[in-house]
Amino acid sequence: MATNLPVSAQSQGGVGTAPVPHTEHDDHLHDHEHHDQHWLWKYVFSQDHKMIARQFLITGIFWAVIGGVLSSLFRLQLGWPEATLDWLQPILGKWIEGGKLNPEFYLALVTMHGTIMVFFVLTAGLSGTFSNFLIPLQVGARDMASGFMNMLSYWFFFLSSVVMFSSLFLETGPAAAGWTIYPPLSALPQAISGSGTGMTMWLVSMVFFIVSQLLGGVNYVTTIINMRTRGMSMSKLPLTIWAFFLTAILGILSFPVLFSAALLLVFDRSFGTSFFLSDIYIAGQALHNQGGSPVLFQHLFWFLGHPEVYIVIMPAMGMVSEILATNSRKPIFGYRAMIGSLIGISLLSFVVWAHHMFVTGMNPFLGSVFMFLTLIIAVPSGVKVFNWLATLWRGNIRFTAAMLFSVGFVSLFISGGLTGIILGNATLDIQMHNTYFVVAHFHLVMGSSAFFGLFAGVYHWFPKMFGRMMDEKLGYIHFWLTFIGVYLVFMPMHYVGIAGFPRRYYSWTGFDAFSQFADLNKFISLAAILAFFAQFVFIFNFFYSIFRGRRATENPWNSTTLEWTTPIEPGHGNWPGEIPAVYRWPYDYSKPGAEADFIPQNVPYSQTPSSNLPYERELAE
Amino acid sequence: MTSLTILLVLVLLLVVFGLLFRLQILTAIFSGSYVRQIGTSNRVNAVLMLVFMVVGGAAFFWSFAENFGKMNPPIASIHGHAMEKMFWTTMTVIGVAFVLTQVLLFTYSYKYQHKDGRRAYFFSHNNKIEVIWTIIPAIVMASLIFAGWKAWTRITGPAPKDAVVLEVMGKQFNWLVRYPGRDMKLGVVNYRLIDASNEFGFDLSDKAAMDDFVAPEVHVPKGHPVLIKIRSRDVLHAVYMPHFRVQMYAVPGMPTRFWFTPTATTDEMRAKLGNPKFDYELACNQICGKGHFAMKLKIVVDEPDDYVAWFAAQPPVSKNADLMASFKQMSQQTGLGKGGSQGAKEAAIEEAGETPAPLSAQASM
Ligand code: HEM
Ligand SMILES: [Cu+2]
Ligand SMILES: [Cu+2]
Repeated sequence: MATNLPVSAQSQGGVGTAPVPHTEHDDHLHDHEHHDQHWLWKYVFSQDHKMIARQFLITGIFWAVIGGVLSSLFRLQLGWPEATLDWLQPILGKWIEGGKLNPEFYLALVTMHGTIMVFFVLTAGLSGTFSNFLIPLQVGARDMASGFMNMLSYWFFFLSSVVMFSSLFLETGPAAAGWTIYPPLSALPQAISGSGTGMTMWLVSMVFFIVSQLLGGVNYVTTIINMRTRGMSMSKLPLTIWAFFLTAILGILSFPVLFSAALLLVFDRSFGTSFFLSDIYIAGQALHNQGGSPVLFQHLFWFLGHPEVYIVIMPAMGMVSEILATNSRKPIFGYRAMIGSLIGISLLSFVVWAHHMFVTGMNPFLGSVFMFLTLIIAVPSGVKVFNWLATLWRGNIRFTAAMLFSVGFVSLFISGGLTGIILGNATLDIQMHNTYFVVAHFHLVMGSSAFFGLFAGVYHWFPKMFGRMMDEKLGYIHFWLTFIGVYLVFMPMHYVGIAGFPRRYYSWTGFDAFSQFADLNKFISLAAILAFFAQFVFIFNFFYSIFRGRRATENPWNSTTLEWTTPIEPGHGNWPGEIPAVYRWPYDYSKPGAEADFIPQNVPYSQTPSSNLPYERELAE
Repeated sequence: MTSLTILLVLVLLLVVFGLLFRLQILTAIFSGSYVRQIGTSNRVNAVLMLVFMVVGGAAFFWSFAENFGKMNPPIASIHGHAMEKMFWTTMTVIGVAFVLTQVLLFTYSYKYQHKDGRRAYFFSHNNKIEVIWTIIPAIVMASLIFAGWKAWTRITGPAPKDAVVLEVMGKQFNWLVRYPGRDMKLGVVNYRLIDASNEFGFDLSDKAAMDDFVAPEVHVPKGHPVLIKIRSRDVLHAVYMPHFRVQMYAVPGMPTRFWFTPTATTDEMRAKLGNPKFDYELACNQICGKGHFAMKLKIVVDEPDDYVAWFAAQPPVSKNADLMASFKQMSQQTGLGKGGSQGAKEAAIEEAGETPAPLSAQASM
């Protein structure tokens, strides 16, 4: 066993820890196990979950930059509709016509921004990174159940990325029917040029993406069920693992439905079927298709689409729970309630999809049912927020960069989640549907808060990922600029939305009702572009610290979970010796009677007689 | 050239920044502050949390109040007024929850910042509290659901029998409007009969279609229920009329509908707003292609008498020679539109609607 007593972070004077001698690991200990490994197998086609996690993370960062650039472009158009954009001609070429952005290209930008952010950054980049990295380390396994499948999962994602990225450079432009790709617009190249090759590539890319998600998901679930170390019962799992577990299940059950929707759409596009098409006269021609239903596609899409938003947010919830507890030096409040609410959210997330379709012509009775189910989901979401607040209460809070982002996460989740209560009410959604109110809602609750979860995770687990620390000061700067930035962007969007401003509008100046917000739109655009540039502080910090950051210690945050019992840079197999056994839950922070203010999961009760609670005394024997 | 200079300046700035950063780290290491994990910066961050709450909260409330007028475009339908009330009631409820939780979040962050020698309070769970904060939100949600559900069933329920009926058809990238004419029956249309002069695809072998008329804008009478039937002939569109709190998709192959009762004429609204150029507008609110953002249709709310006069003055499609010629040619070409109302009905999409409004609707106005 590597350590059996709290390891003090002596090199930095950790708080409240008795300076127990540091069990020093030879830095090179793990190296000689596989120094003969070719770099190609070590860095590229690696089957080590930690390397795969890093691959997901760096690909995700790449995509986030692309997604951010796209949004800056369309915010330019919205903020300064009368400006000439000739200076973008060298980059955008023919998409700038007479100094103006082409309206079809505007739609392509919006579509690709949404697709990239939802799927490539916040699904693959977030869950792909941390499920891979943390599951084996926190359950005490040497690797994923199938390292090979795990490697395939990354490479399918990579393939999917390559296809999607190339579609940006097509002559006819990338897909442009919105990230929700509703047919008939997405089915007919006559309707919009992005529905030609661009849409084909979107669909192909998404099929690879789904394969990647399923390979990953099956692995995560199997690993969590089968490969927990001795003593790690389900009720001793850190909340991160619970969140990844339920996320993977959601993905496994819902992504195949997106696959079927994509497949049927491919049939309609290429083989003359009529699943989603009917009674269409377009470009001077009546099409033969009859009997299909565009609303059917929406049902299929949102059957994935709604669980998808929870696939995005639940890993962030798990990591934030972990980071809040660690840095408040307190147990997470209501561990079981937290698990219960995660399960509740997971179950409910499968039966609320049609709240995206209240006014699509769906039977109004269904609307009533889905309104009922949708508003219920606010209850477990509320429980989570209250438990996070209770975790902070009477804590002893350490503001690491990760902690700041976690607090920011909770704040943004509240702000965005509450407006869901408006949108989930079918009556109110008649007015709000497809306005900027919806845009504000999901950018706060999903976009911003999931990004905050991602940042929190990176700052927190960076030492374990790269063996070095990120710079804290830059982390603070990054946090405050971003936190202020996203609120400046998305709060005013509500105002515009309440007034009824439709989303996906290239320009609003044609309408009296919407033209009064020119100044506000300029403000939003400015804030958005500045917030985007603030992210380069992070990117600099990230890459700089990989190579030049301060060397990490084994357990820099004085954390209780198993990943911190591994060497500073764990090799393939994670623990050089035997895998530690687990004796207690992961939240023994500041336990009365204990010497240190944390007791790692692998410390048996027999070693902590002074702090054992009554029922734990029996376990100590 | 300028872009090259800008690039150069940016690169230089980056280099300077990098150097400063390195310098800062080195001095920190020498002065020893690098190893102290919990120092001044912890306090600074905690204070900033409080500052953020106070300044941010104040800025939010100020800007909210500042924009409140703009946020509330005038409303001109019966259910619209009810929805408006429900909206702001719900906003108040979530506003209370918002302030409560955010204030707790930021004050806890400040108040429980790290202090040397203090220990966090080991408090792992309390089932009573969990039950309380499950039940209370559940009750609030239940009442919101109940109110929403009642309004929803009323709004989406069948239109009154005497409603004025008209049809709006979305296409890339404008709206087409037609009225049922004197017989108060919308005639059958068939998408295979569409061409440049017969944009709706009227099937003129159906007698009911002969007196239908098309209009460049929507006219509706004040104070009378109006049933809008909605179609699309190419991709999805959405009929969105923010002043009336009306929204419904236009779906190819599946006619939809929405009914409402306007409460103020265009002239009344102009007078009320002091804006002689004001018009009610219908916007497309579902992405439909290049011209999506400009798919606008003017809506005029008339006094009932003016409406009847306007209605009577419109020429029926049977008076449109181009359209008649086009229909003849198309029906010969396609073999459609020969079976009178029966055959036409079979060829056309099922109308998802109740019987068209009776004549009395017109007469009673
Ligand atoms: C309190 C819980 C929530 C409720 C009641 C709720 C309700 C809704 C409703 C009714 C809509 C549809 C609005 C419309 O299109 O008219 C919507 C949109 C959306 N919500 Fe939520 N939501 C909640 C939480 C969340 C969370 C936690 C996420 C993601 C992490 C999320 C992500 C989204 C997204 C991405 C959309 C927009 C999709 C699109 O049209 O492009 N929501 N929400
Ligand atoms: Cu949803
Ligand atoms: Cu449109």
